[in-house]
Amino acid sequence: MAVTSTYRRAGPVQRFWSVIKDICSRPSGAIGLALVFSHVALALIGPFIVPYDYTTMNAAQMLSQPSAAHWLGTDHLGRDTLTRTLLGGREAILVTGIATPLAVLWGGLVGVFFGLVGGRVDDVLMRIVDAFLSLPWILKMLVLIVTFGTGIEVLIPTLAFFYGIPVIRIARAATHDVVARDFVQAARARGHGRFTIIWQELLPNVRDALLVEGAMRWSWMLLAFSSLSFLGFGVSPPTPDWGLMIADARGFMSFSPWGVIAPMIGLSSLIIGINLSADALAKALGIDRAQKAPV
Amino acid sequence: MLSMLMRRSALGLITVWLVSIIIFIGVEILPGDACTAFLEREAQGLLLENCRRDLGLDRPAWMRYGEWAANALSGNLGVSPDGQRQISELVGYRLRNTLLLASGAILCGIPLALFLGIVAALWRDRPFDIIVSTTAIAAMTIPEFVSATLLILIFSVWLGWVPGIVLTSSNAPLAEFFPEVLLPIAVLTLVMTAHILRTVRSSVIETLASDYAQMALLKGVPYWQMVFRHVLPNALLPTINVVALTIAWLLGGVVVIETVFNYPGLGRMMIDSISDRDLPVTQAIALIIASVYVGVNLLADLLTMVANPRLRTAHLRGK
Repeated sequence: MAVTSTYRRAGPVQRFWSVIKDICSRPSGAIGLALVFSHVALALIGPFIVPYDYTTMNAAQMLSQPSAAHWLGTDHLGRDTLTRTLLGGREAILVTGIATPLAVLWGGLVGVFFGLVGGRVDDVLMRIVDAFLSLPWILKMLVLIVTFGTGIEVLIPTLAFFYGIPVIRIARAATHDVVARDFVQAARARGHGRFTIIWQELLPNVRDALLVEGAMRWSWMLLAFSSLSFLGFGVSPPTPDWGLMIADARGFMSFSPWGVIAPMIGLSSLIIGINLSADALAKALGIDRAQKAPV
Repeated sequence: MLSMLMRRSALGLITVWLVSIIIFIGVEILPGDACTAFLEREAQGLLLENCRRDLGLDRPAWMRYGEWAANALSGNLGVSPDGQRQISELVGYRLRNTLLLASGAILCGIPLALFLGIVAALWRDRPFDIIVSTTAIAAMTIPEFVSATLLILIFSVWLGWVPGIVLTSSNAPLAEFFPEVLLPIAVLTLVMTAHILRTVRSSVIETLASDYAQMALLKGVPYWQMVFRHVLPNALLPTINVVALTIAWLLGGVVVIETVFNYPGLGRMMIDSISDRDLPVTQAIALIIASVYVGVNLLADLLTMVANPRLRTAHLRGK
């Protein structure tokens, strides 16, 4: 006789929507999510709605004040500040949007694997992770960027590599919490191999912790990316980018403050949006996120 | 307890050793070496070979690593190829300037964070707490170069109170850095305070809700005595580690802030040295920063152990 039950496990789609609902039910989460969505949407449709071409220079209109033609004025080459601000997040979102999942993926898999294996290999790996974490992020990244150049094809793997290292720690700690539980022991007793255990027993249980970690990594990666741009090691001109725009407009702050204020608002609103969403996501998934300093 | 202290110190030393290997490998993969940087366009043929032989660059990597590490241990960080000067001398002034910046931020930031964090926790969810917490989140998440530029715009360009850029040379006496150093210190303090404050606040709130704090209130201990005698000593213990992490972060975050303010510190020197391929200087700075990071974290662990009675007496309970 078939056993019938009214209980049905929520599918992934249902679970996704319930988490989104939970995030939106908190004011900070709703604001954060709205900010992130509008930035992503802007990155997608930006080129179709901006009033000017972002490379059009105008020698007669250098550093002009806000006017009907240029709502936020123009920069030191006579380019429209509003246009460049609206487009300034595209590169950053593209790079960090690809690098974040990569970082979580490789850091998560390595962390789970060594959390399961344990023993001496695990100890050695953690020492290496500690050693990497004790170097300032900017030094690690600059070495690779100076070596291989500054294009997207260098920035994405560089960010993904270095930001995956702290994920190893999180994944390993989360795995340690699960590894001693009965269902993992049962899987071992059934004779499953390591990779089956990782795939079927461990990953589903550390997934939530990794998602929250990924959201936080995203904001830190964005911070790193824009700082690199600001220092002149990120996006190359004339591509509009907030970090680069602030660096360029800094010298003319006293004549045209909008040149720095507009990109500052763009960058800050995206980063704050991601942070608010990440906090709400952590609460929605029931992950207790310990206080950590940025790496 | 003693064995635990030894164990932690040994782990710290191993970490520094691994860091030195990573630094060495990292600098190895940088294109060019001290000779190509020194000779620039003439870096070819016999000249390059002679230079490499003079500096010992033709030897295998492990030999050079051994020599570098041994010299670094005795405080000799090598000679810069361009000026033929001691790196320890070049780095010394920069380190002093960065320490001025860092100590200013630490001296202002820690008391401020403790005060604001405790008050915000005691007045939880009141307007004061909401304002402080929101400002802290904003200060933590916004990139340092943005908050630095904002402060320059407000206090230097609009109000004209303090200079927004540092023009003092790196080896000037410390007194000459005032008032230029105030704005960089303010930015560092802002970010540091935000990080520490958040931990202090949540830790105090957690402790206030604990059984023993409630018990103290119920048996008639006055509120303020409960706060000062029962809550704060327990709540502030975990903040030692966050303070350490924040100080360690400070050394990396200072790179961007020094560049914004044109401040002649270690961080800006690091960026310059990487761009110029001045490899010995890069190695030296990386090693200094990493050692400070490991050292501060180690100190925090030791302090926590000494201050925490449960860890102090762990061996008595046979743990």
